[in-house]
Amino acid sequence: MISSHLPALQVVIPLLAAPLCIVVHRAKAAWVIALVVSWASLAISVRLLERVLQEGVVVYSMGGWAAPWGIEYRIDEINAFLLLIVSGGSALVLLFARVSVEREIEAERRYVFYTMWLLCLTGLLGIAITGDAFNVFVFLEISSLSSYVMISLGSDRRGLMAAFRYLIVGTIGATFILIGIGLLYMMTGTLNMADLAERLPAVADTRTVKVAFWFFAVGIGTKMALFPLHFWLPNAYAYAPSAASAFLAASATKVAVYVWLRFYFSVFGASFSFDAMSLSDILLPLGLVAALVGSAVAVFQQDVKRMLAYSSVAQIGYMAVGISFVSVNGLIGAIVHLFNHALMKAALFMVLGCVFYRLGSVALRDLDGLGRQMPWTMAAFVAGGLSLIGVPSSAGFISKWYLILAALESGSWPIAFLVLLSSLLAVVYVWRVVEAAYFRAPLDDPSRRVVEAPVSLLVPVWLLVAANFYFGLETSLTVGVAERAARTLLGAGG
Amino acid sequence: MTSAAALLPYAIALPLAAAPLIALARRHPNLREAITLVAGGALFWLVLSILPEVEAGGRPAISLLDTVPGLPIALEAEPLGMLFALLASFLWIVTSIYSIGYMRGHHEQNQTRFYICFAVAIASTMGVAFSANMFTLFLFYEALTLSTYPLVTHAGTEKAKRAGRVYLGILLGTSIGFQLLAIVWTWSLCDTLDFRPGGILRDRASPTVIGVLGALYVFGIGKAALMPFHRWLPAAMVAPTPVSALLHAVAVVKAGVFTVLKVAIYIFGIDLLAELGVTDWLLYIAGATILIASIVALRKDNLKARLAYSTVSQLSYIVLGALLANSWAAIGAGMHIVTHAFGKITLFFCAGAIMVAAHKTEVSELRAIGRAMPITMLAFLVASLSVIGLPPLGGMWSKWYLGVGALEADQIVFLGVLMLSSLLNIAYLLPIPVRAFLSPPSTESPPEGMKEAPIPCLIALLVTAVGSVWLFLSPEPIYRLMVQAVGP
Repeated sequence: MISSHLPALQVVIPLLAAPLCIVVHRAKAAWVIALVVSWASLAISVRLLERVLQEGVVVYSMGGWAAPWGIEYRIDEINAFLLLIVSGGSALVLLFARVSVEREIEAERRYVFYTMWLLCLTGLLGIAITGDAFNVFVFLEISSLSSYVMISLGSDRRGLMAAFRYLIVGTIGATFILIGIGLLYMMTGTLNMADLAERLPAVADTRTVKVAFWFFAVGIGTKMALFPLHFWLPNAYAYAPSAASAFLAASATKVAVYVWLRFYFSVFGASFSFDAMSLSDILLPLGLVAALVGSAVAVFQQDVKRMLAYSSVAQIGYMAVGISFVSVNGLIGAIVHLFNHALMKAALFMVLGCVFYRLGSVALRDLDGLGRQMPWTMAAFVAGGLSLIGVPSSAGFISKWYLILAALESGSWPIAFLVLLSSLLAVVYVWRVVEAAYFRAPLDDPSRRVVEAPVSLLVPVWLLVAANFYFGLETSLTVGVAERAARTLLGAGG
Repeated sequence: MTSAAALLPYAIALPLAAAPLIALARRHPNLREAITLVAGGALFWLVLSILPEVEAGGRPAISLLDTVPGLPIALEAEPLGMLFALLASFLWIVTSIYSIGYMRGHHEQNQTRFYICFAVAIASTMGVAFSANMFTLFLFYEALTLSTYPLVTHAGTEKAKRAGRVYLGILLGTSIGFQLLAIVWTWSLCDTLDFRPGGILRDRASPTVIGVLGALYVFGIGKAALMPFHRWLPAAMVAPTPVSALLHAVAVVKAGVFTVLKVAIYIFGIDLLAELGVTDWLLYIAGATILIASIVALRKDNLKARLAYSTVSQLSYIVLGALLANSWAAIGAGMHIVTHAFGKITLFFCAGAIMVAAHKTEVSELRAIGRAMPITMLAFLVASLSVIGLPPLGGMWSKWYLGVGALEADQIVFLGVLMLSSLLNIAYLLPIPVRAFLSPPSTESPPEGMKEAPIPCLIALLVTAVGSVWLFLSPEPIYRLMVQAVGP
């Protein structure tokens, strides 16, 4: 009985748990609630993924109202995979969050942080699970508003400005999406995605639908930080509390990429989006520029968190490149990278959380000699960095493999070469940190007695690092699901 | 699955398992070094016990796991890999003996880290040697780069850091930028990356594509140090001498040229390369590298730098052998992997011994040093002759077969390159022992207080010097293995 309502519970449980955090008003209790809810939702995600893999698409009508009148949740391989990424990211990062948050957020505001965390989780899971276009917008707003608050809770006052900027840009992006949805509703009279997909071809050749198409591109592009709409991201990630950076890096932009896939492959259909509207002509260059410029800018950052944030811009570029090939291998590359990038960025931001816990800073110049003082922490950074570079046996290698394969299949080896060039830039920015940590003498400051981070922080970090290498060698889950998802997406568009 | 096949994973696991043990024994140097030696002995024995089956024509193979569908991490022992594994595991023992004398005599810091990274590097080398497909090989190739980085930068100084940048920059740059591209391209053309006799690319791609792939592989395998991607090797000389000896005269660089040979024989197939001739222009790059590096070596006063450029030059012999694309040249290339290894490791051992015992690093400082260090300098002379390629030393055979291969391929000009290079070798190597033994001691600094190197160092360099002689007397085991790999 309960198992048939899992899709609804996936959203309802975190939504109800959020006010509960306010009621209990105590940081520790709020953390326990958030943790339990996250692990429960991870369990639900696993169960849903199993069901999708066995039985195919799972359809759930909210409140028993049949679509297209009611809101319908539709889960196929790709959103089941997304649910896994989001809930898994939340569950693992929360293990780390308690100690890290105690260091970074004032005592009386901590429960707010967990409340917002749960709301953000609700929003992200909701976007991933729903089959209703307007519902996507609603959940998008829930997740965005709560993440603005999370970012502004950081100890650095510049976080306020970053959150404000994110608020403005994010709202503009969401408005574009809303306009797009409105135009589609005007033309088709439905908000259900499956319905939209059926009715759109008849009106596809109208200016309204084409305008809606580009409104979506700008709106979703902003949300996923696609170059050149990425400018909100570096500061937001850099000044947010470490735990929030790790969670958002692992989930927020990933969900936006999912929305992109969903709208352009399932709703508009691959042939309309990529043949008629030539979306690839824009997506491919933007993705390549993002991959190269993002990495190149990362090389010059003095703040390691900002460096990782720019690296995220580059990684989004990879996904855009993968999508632009509109081929099975390209989509596998993009979808697998959603998962793998979540693994590596969560791990790396958590490492920086450990560093911040001891140093109160993540500036490159403060990392001198840290390799000796915090050996486990910095070893985790090196391991995560290797995955980011895409060294074979790491998760990053698998995504890159498929991206390059897709580029070569499409007959464009220069693209393959540019992708590889960008990963060489990753070597440079990762190695700047390695050299600081291992080749410079520790700062000669008597007030600074740095010791290894607490075990409670290191355990979740190393869990994620291990996952980076596990999923670099055993890919039947990631590549297996991604391949089915890719075929579903391409099949849906005809 | 045969018993030999079951042994293959242990060839990698054994040195890997030694690493944590070494870490545990960090407070007991004698125990720590004993672990390294025992692991080295066990590894050599293990590799040796795989040999009979390969010699009998067997190809023990084992698949470990499927990373991506159709892309397994798999191991296989074939003649060429067998040769490389035997070489590396034997020289690991010798180098370990040498390291004990050197590292203690030189009072190096962080010796535990040194031995750990060394063990991991050897494990990676075994992985390269026994890879059954290009993907597995690439995995261990990169592991070898990363595990040797801490060894190169061992001193932790600004100079070491810069050298490390060059090292990592070129090796990762070429392998990710070119080699990985070539591997994925091969995969997209052939749907397999298995090493198969006769190659996998035949009829799968146009001659142009094969030509481009050839260049991507040859330059992408940066460890082969083909110009202009050779700078990492001289840079790596900042490392302690045992690292230069085993890794940068044997394991790492030979992993590079070994990979080139593997790719030429089992990915392209030497017949295909010979038929198409699209990689012929690379022969000239290899030839140019041989000569230019020799000339640069002539001008280096620092002994290790001179040896490093000599290695760059000698590595291109092997690349040349692979690209000449006939059996004789390939046999010569395979033999040169072994004979050059024995010769060059001896030279590095001697260079390190001089550094430890006499604190000299420059060639010009070595006047009359033969009086104080006769054994070391005698070994140096023997090894020099082997590298030059004179009888009665092993180096003669490999040059012989390479020369025959050049004639077979109607590339007379490369016979000339080989001859000219031998002359250059004489010019940059022989003056060193000659000056050590024959020139009178300079008046202002009598070799007072100079003595022979520590005993472990002497043992090691004598073993490898005698090895060079032995290779001249009985080269046929190597010849037989190579014939198995490429046909007579």
